[in-house]
Amino acid sequence: MTTIEPPARIGLAGGDVEAPPLSPGQMAWRRFRRHKLAMANAVLLILLFVYSFGGAFVYSEAYANYNDTTKRLQPPSWEHPFGTDTIGRDILARTIYGGQISLLIGITAVLVQLVIGILIGALAGYYGGLLDSLLMRFTEAVLTIPGLFLLLIMAKYFTGKVPDITLLGRTYSGSVVVIVLIIGLTSWPRLARIVRAEFLALKENDFITAARATGTPNSQIIFRHILPNTVAPIVVTATLSVAGAIISEAYISFLGLGVQPPTATWGNMITGSTNYIEGAPWLWFFPGLLILLTVLSINFVGDGLRDALDPRSRPE
Amino acid sequence: MTRYVIRRLLQSIPLLFVVSLILFVLLNNIGDPLTMMGGRNPTRPEDRERLARQLGLDQPILMQYVYWLVGNDWTMIDVDGDGEPETPGRRKGVLRGDFGISILTRGKPALDIIWERIPNTLLLMIPAQIVILVLGLGVGIYSALRQYSWVDNAVTTLSFVGFSMPIFLIALLSIYLFSVLFQRWGLPYLPANGMFDPQVGKTAAQIAKHMILPIFAIAFIDVARYSRYVRSAMLEVMSQDYIRTAKAKGLRRVTIIMVHALRNASLPIITLVGLDLPFLLAGAVVTERIFAWPGMGRLFLDHLERSDGAVVMGIVILLAVAVILSQILTDIVYAVFDPRIRYD
Amino acid sequence: MKQDPALLNVHDLQVRFHTPEGTIYAVNGISFHIAEGEAVAVVGESGSGKSVCMMSLLGLIPIPPGEIVSGTAVFLERDLLKLPEKELELVRGRDIGMIFQDPMTSLNPVLTLGRQLTEALVRHFNLTAEEARNRAIELLQLVGIPDAASRLGNYPHQFSGGMRQRVMIAMMLACNPKLLIADEPTTALDVTIQAQIVELVQEIRAKLRMSLIWITHDLGVVAGLADRVLVMYGGTIVEEADVESLYERPQHPYTLALLAALPRVHQRRQSRLKAIPGAPPHLILELTGCPFAPRCEFVRDRCWRERPLLQPVSPTQKTACFVNPHTGEERA
Repeated sequence: MTTIEPPARIGLAGGDVEAPPLSPGQMAWRRFRRHKLAMANAVLLILLFVYSFGGAFVYSEAYANYNDTTKRLQPPSWEHPFGTDTIGRDILARTIYGGQISLLIGITAVLVQLVIGILIGALAGYYGGLLDSLLMRFTEAVLTIPGLFLLLIMAKYFTGKVPDITLLGRTYSGSVVVIVLIIGLTSWPRLARIVRAEFLALKENDFITAARATGTPNSQIIFRHILPNTVAPIVVTATLSVAGAIISEAYISFLGLGVQPPTATWGNMITGSTNYIEGAPWLWFFPGLLILLTVLSINFVGDGLRDALDPRSRPE
Repeated sequence: MTRYVIRRLLQSIPLLFVVSLILFVLLNNIGDPLTMMGGRNPTRPEDRERLARQLGLDQPILMQYVYWLVGNDWTMIDVDGDGEPETPGRRKGVLRGDFGISILTRGKPALDIIWERIPNTLLLMIPAQIVILVLGLGVGIYSALRQYSWVDNAVTTLSFVGFSMPIFLIALLSIYLFSVLFQRWGLPYLPANGMFDPQVGKTAAQIAKHMILPIFAIAFIDVARYSRYVRSAMLEVMSQDYIRTAKAKGLRRVTIIMVHALRNASLPIITLVGLDLPFLLAGAVVTERIFAWPGMGRLFLDHLERSDGAVVMGIVILLAVAVILSQILTDIVYAVFDPRIRYD
Repeated sequence: MKQDPALLNVHDLQVRFHTPEGTIYAVNGISFHIAEGEAVAVVGESGSGKSVCMMSLLGLIPIPPGEIVSGTAVFLERDLLKLPEKELELVRGRDIGMIFQDPMTSLNPVLTLGRQLTEALVRHFNLTAEEARNRAIELLQLVGIPDAASRLGNYPHQFSGGMRQRVMIAMMLACNPKLLIADEPTTALDVTIQAQIVELVQEIRAKLRMSLIWITHDLGVVAGLADRVLVMYGGTIVEEADVESLYERPQHPYTLALLAALPRVHQRRQSRLKAIPGAPPHLILELTGCPFAPRCEFVRDRCWRERPLLQPVSPTQKTACFVNPHTGEERA
């Protein structure tokens, strides 16, 4: 080749049509913004957080737990916009405090999931061999037990084994910790598999060989060199897992094995409402709707994130 | 292929072993099944001790697992508590098809109890799965072919709603609408409880009528999931070169879609159905609770709540076996549909 | 230029794609014709609009995002661009066959060869299964696949790339089309296989007396294959000529550059192959001047403002350029 010139970026009319290159983060943000439903639902999600945490400035926790049996099962009114429950507590105030717990459970359970899933996936993928096959057989075993069944058994297993805890002046039922733990302990296998697959692919790259050749310790290669490259699928999986964790909490609590009163969660507010389908629909409608909206908005945001961060992959 | 299946079956043995060990340890600590034994009064202390010895509950957990696995009819157990084993064991162990006895029902074999409930669960889940497949395929294909039309956008949004819907909410809403409000408005309404009206009896018509709402609730969520999946699989396939080739041959649109595209799009769908099949049995925990349907999910809850380990263990082990078998089955079906796959 | 009755006559075809990044002006008003029995090569870089142009004739571009803005394409006295889908289906595969670039992805992986070969016959001629099967065997023999009868039950993955392209050709010949459009059919193949495929198409064309449009980015293969050449750039035809004229005296700077980039056997050893400076245009802006202007060494001011139209420069040659690249003078 005799002529080496930088490729001209010209349109047909000769004008420059390309903007200066964007950083990966900017490109992701651009793609995310284009996903209009994801944007709208990101706003909805923020509103739900504001509702749950900002609402605490309007209603006190004592009010949310205050029961007046003379006012039980009242339909929505000005005084109690969402009505009152079976022992006369205000449902609106309880959805606020229940929302805090439900959202916190969703997020912290995913943190537990992340720690276990990344650790197992990274170790299996990086070291391979016997360790890999042992860890993967174990992962497979956990996946073989239908999720909700395993959750319920573990919930039953841990019932009453964790004492109540006090944090920042508030007392939380020990069952909250139990739920966080068991959701984290049962939801990691899929993440571990994703992380493992990423590690398997990445560890063959030249930059890893180079790092090895210069004597970089394994722990540094794993956490400094490979892990940052797997962030996109991890972020997407983790986001969608928050939705899954909130639904899981709701199912366990709905079945009576979850968070115990007086601590409210959106899930345990619905416990026993099968007896009031006809008599007091507000009892289950409002917490149920809040769960739906939260899970829906997280799923949309997760979908938008997938398009933005990980455009190659598609759902499921 | 045969060799592949045999290898998969052999591999599943250690897998089931690990699964059962995990479950056994968990279930050993879910509470004391002897406190009430399903009756009204607390069990007397002397009965408790005798029963614990008879059931082997006094043994170390490893021994209990061995008994559960291979039985104890090869050894003597100490029922009267004098330290001298004198009574021959009668349990045969899971490997010989004995899942132990249900304490809650005072000695009925756990397997029998589970077996009685499986048909009820299948009665709900097989029609539900058929509805889900048919509607999921229909809606998914339609929505893929009309990509970005208003129908497609509506379906996409709705499928997110269905996908995010907690089953209890759709169940409660559908009961409230079709059962409570319809009755209130004087419309023909649907029953929301049990399998049949005890005053009418267990007739086919009654059962069918009672199946509608639970199936609706289950299908609502999964049709959303399936149609989303089918849509993206179809879109993926429709953009492939071989679809363009089929078009260039002048084939009818319907041939291209139903033969060329669907044959390829069905491959990922087979995997999805294969993963879901075992949950025909498992998926019904919440639904069966709400609709008071006497199936396996409710059986599981009832016995878990009252710490009846043998039944709970039996249900979950059977489910795990179902999961493994359906995975193998999926691989076989996949190979039939995809000529490129050869397991050797 | 030969005055045979035109089999296909395309006039002022314009195709655009409306994408989230903006409108892509893929084909910008091109006109050409092809006579019965004639072989025409369409040459151009990827993105020059050559495939889009041919596919839009057969209704194979997705609409939306695609849009055929204007144009007519008269084939056997009917305008293909105005035919309802149902009737166009009957033209595709029966009157006009099309072979695509990548034989690895152009065959359906889950259907047998027999099925894929016979379905067009069943569709267009209502053949019975038995008749269609016999015809399929005949076709496979025609394209040189040994042991044809026993291979009907095979799947595409059981064939090599070259063999698959042969199968593809057999499929498109099934109904004896009057026109075969080959869209870079050899690009994805090994060089030795390429030659075989070119030879095969030549042979079959002679045997079946059909017209051929051969799309390629390689001027090298054109010589032995086509009667006439269309050179495309930026969604326009920049030069149209008989093969001999084109090689002897190219009239467009782009053609000139393309030929200079071609290795020649009798070239002096030290002379190096010339690359064309710059990159092909992004077709994201509407055409106002000559699409080649940014890369052209003969560029004039008016080239940026005014679009040169395809004008005859000799009885066998047309070009769309204001400048004569051999003299460096502007044309009259």
